Amino acid sequence: MTLQNLKYIFKYCNLIFCGFSTLLVAQPSLSDTGQLTVTGSSTIAPLMSEIGKRFEKMHPQTRIEVQTGGSSRGIADVRRNLADIGMVSRALHTDEKKIFDGHLVALDGISMIVHKTNPVMNLSKQDIINIYTGATTDWTTFGGPDTPITVVNKAEGRSTLEGFLGYVGLENRQIEADVIVGDNLQGIKTVAANPNAIGYVSIGTAEYEEAHGTAIRRVQMDGVLASTELVRKGEFEVARELNLMTKGTISPLAKQFIDFTQSKDVRDLIEAQYFVAVEKQ
Amino acid sequence: MILLRLNISWLWKNNRIFGSLLFGVTAWVCCLLIFIVGFVVQEAFPFFFSDRAWTFISTDWYPTDGWFGHVSMLVGSLLVTGIALIIAGPFGIAVAICIHFYLRGRLANILEFIFDILTGMPSVVLGLWGLTALVPVMSRWSPSGTHVLTAGIVLALMVVPTVIMTSLASFRLVPTNLRQAAQALQLSQATFIIRIAIPAAKSGLYSGIVLACVRAFGETMAVLMVAGNIAKMPKSIMDPVRTLTSNIALEMAYALDTHRASLYMSGLLLIACVTVLVFIQASIRTKDVAIGQ
Amino acid sequence: MVSNQKRAVSRQQDFKNKVFTALIFSLTGLLLLVILWIFGQILIRGLGTISWEFLISNPLNSGRAGGIASILQTTAWVLLIAVTVTVPLGLATSLWLSEFKSVRLGAWVSKAIYILAGVPSIVYGLFGNTFFCLYLQLGYSILAGGLTLAAMILPYFIHTCLLGFNLVDNQWRLGAQALGLSKITFIVQILLPQAAPAVAAGLILSIGRATAETAALLFTSGFVDKTPESWLDSGRTLSVHIYDLALNITGGESGAYGTALVLIVLLFMINSLAHQLVVSKRNNRMDGMNG
Repeated sequence: MTLQNLKYIFKYCNLIFCGFSTLLVAQPSLSDTGQLTVTGSSTIAPLMSEIGKRFEKMHPQTRIEVQTGGSSRGIADVRRNLADIGMVSRALHTDEKKIFDGHLVALDGISMIVHKTNPVMNLSKQDIINIYTGATTDWTTFGGPDTPITVVNKAEGRSTLEGFLGYVGLENRQIEADVIVGDNLQGIKTVAANPNAIGYVSIGTAEYEEAHGTAIRRVQMDGVLASTELVRKGEFEVARELNLMTKGTISPLAKQFIDFTQSKDVRDLIEAQYFVAVEKQ
Repeated sequence: MILLRLNISWLWKNNRIFGSLLFGVTAWVCCLLIFIVGFVVQEAFPFFFSDRAWTFISTDWYPTDGWFGHVSMLVGSLLVTGIALIIAGPFGIAVAICIHFYLRGRLANILEFIFDILTGMPSVVLGLWGLTALVPVMSRWSPSGTHVLTAGIVLALMVVPTVIMTSLASFRLVPTNLRQAAQALQLSQATFIIRIAIPAAKSGLYSGIVLACVRAFGETMAVLMVAGNIAKMPKSIMDPVRTLTSNIALEMAYALDTHRASLYMSGLLLIACVTVLVFIQASIRTKDVAIGQ
Repeated sequence: MVSNQKRAVSRQQDFKNKVFTALIFSLTGLLLLVILWIFGQILIRGLGTISWEFLISNPLNSGRAGGIASILQTTAWVLLIAVTVTVPLGLATSLWLSEFKSVRLGAWVSKAIYILAGVPSIVYGLFGNTFFCLYLQLGYSILAGGLTLAAMILPYFIHTCLLGFNLVDNQWRLGAQALGLSKITFIVQILLPQAAPAVAAGLILSIGRATAETAALLFTSGFVDKTPESWLDSGRTLSVHIYDLALNITGGESGAYGTALVLIVLLFMINSLAHQLVVSKRNNRMDGMNG
């Protein structure tokens, strides 16, 4: 009698605990609900956040969740179905194009920035290479004060790093940095907090922050001051695409949102963030 | 259901049934905890068996190029923890001595209360303070102000309450007749503390320091915000550094395949270090029991 | 002659005493000054941001303006999940370990639990990200975050419960056995009421630890600063918000300090509650042993 009851007890307990676990698994998948998860590049994230808010206002009952983490995160999350849409601040590579679909949203570029009080106005590409490889270590070489340069580099997996490395023709292991930052905005914040710092960020973000009084300034690169205008005209060397990417067949909500992002309705949002709007023809 | 058909009053009166019930839950929980560790091991396997596994012992961390060297980050973790302990140890024990031997009544209670609360200080808040108040001060002496020393100081502030509370507890275990004997022999307070109380409480003090070590070693956020996060071997105390924990936090979001498996390898390394520390602490405590305190 | 020597020795002792005392007090004073500096900063820079609106409105402009209402809600929900899972499992496990175990098995399990309680929280975050978010398909959600936190504080809670149960004098157990009481009666009528303050303190400390947690939540419950509407929605807790504002958002310091102040006040209430329970427990125990 006791052994039989014991068996019942154990079965009952197991049922409870298994039921608990199954409850967790038997949830509807992400794209069935009125919710979109968008992750990836920290350059595009603020823009997507604004577009998402406008989309939510136009379509109540939807929820657009935007999270940063870098372009590589966007790719990784979409690949693992953790996100519906990924944000990538560069053009897709050929092997990526085989698996993912890219949707162009805007154009942007990369600019070097220094602190607002830094008197240095222009840096040649060789100067930048010297600074980032540690060959030059203080600002006097460029006509600045006698203080050591604080070199700010981006973490691996960030498209801005890739873009910068492509521009200066270096490999990441050749760079001698003092600080590594993750998000775009973290780079801005680090340079703004340190009069001796130099870093590189997206042009749009740099112009936006300058316009809002943050203590940074874009520095001329080989005599050319990076600006949204130059990118629009196609004359800037370090320009890049801002893409949304998806995998396979996407839900109707995702399609609706991506179309919305590429439409005229959000042009003002894109330009408010100092990016170049590219409309679908 | 099934239970309704049973008369279950015997359930409460029978020890073995109730014991088995609890055992069922415990087994389940233990399985869960084993599962967590096993999961980490399982996810680390791809790295272990990959052809880049040998890079584990190198100092270069360039995951996109296939270099997964953990040595520089292990050294970073050890350095930062070491500095934290060098600072927090003396300060913590001193404060515990102050509270237990020099202060009376309300003041002692208030101080103890303050440090008891401080043990729960969130690391982000200390990191926030470090980033906005300490780093600018440190940047007067080094290019960026985010380096090993800054991280060590912030970590020290995080673990010092732990050292204080455990030291206090171990001083309280020192028998009062020792103090009375010292007073009878006209020994000064200082002599009593240095020659008698501290040796008597030694194992408890060591135990507290090891506990603080475990805490400091596993700290992520505070260090992430003030250490500079350069994954290279630091050449001096004022060089930026990346710890094992910060590395996982920084790279987890986008790591795939071998890279991700290498992060799990870091996690295993961390678990291994904590296990070693716990065994050290356990052996300190059994020595304690053997002496009969 | 002898008295001269004695006086010299006692002068030496006096000097050593004074130096030592000065050292102790200066170290303590220095530490207290630094702590004052930290809290002063938080108070001064955070007080200006806090207002009633701050607590009941949502963040605007990435947190540079607005309040933290949605974040408070997320924090509450995540903690709720964590506690609901931890308490029954933790209590049952520590009860078994304390009352029913065989000695050898129990020692190993205790050590294992101690190790797990010391494992860095980021490793739990790693586990939670892969297991809850990917394998169980929960995505970035407060459910995943809450479960990860539960996994993290479970060993800690079990450990503190065990400490509390160990403090109960063995005489009670022997007496209960002598009277022929069943284990369940002993547990419910004698053990739990006696250990209740310690268990409650352990629970409260675990909650405090979970509230202060950031690393484990970064990649399980995510960064979104809106109010979660379902268990599967992403949301950020107070500590994650502070982290984002401090590191990424220019001009975010005031918001960060304001949130930090709220977090600290919350933790202060939680931890002082636990402190009261432990202190009163210590006093009660003394009475129990004498009486």
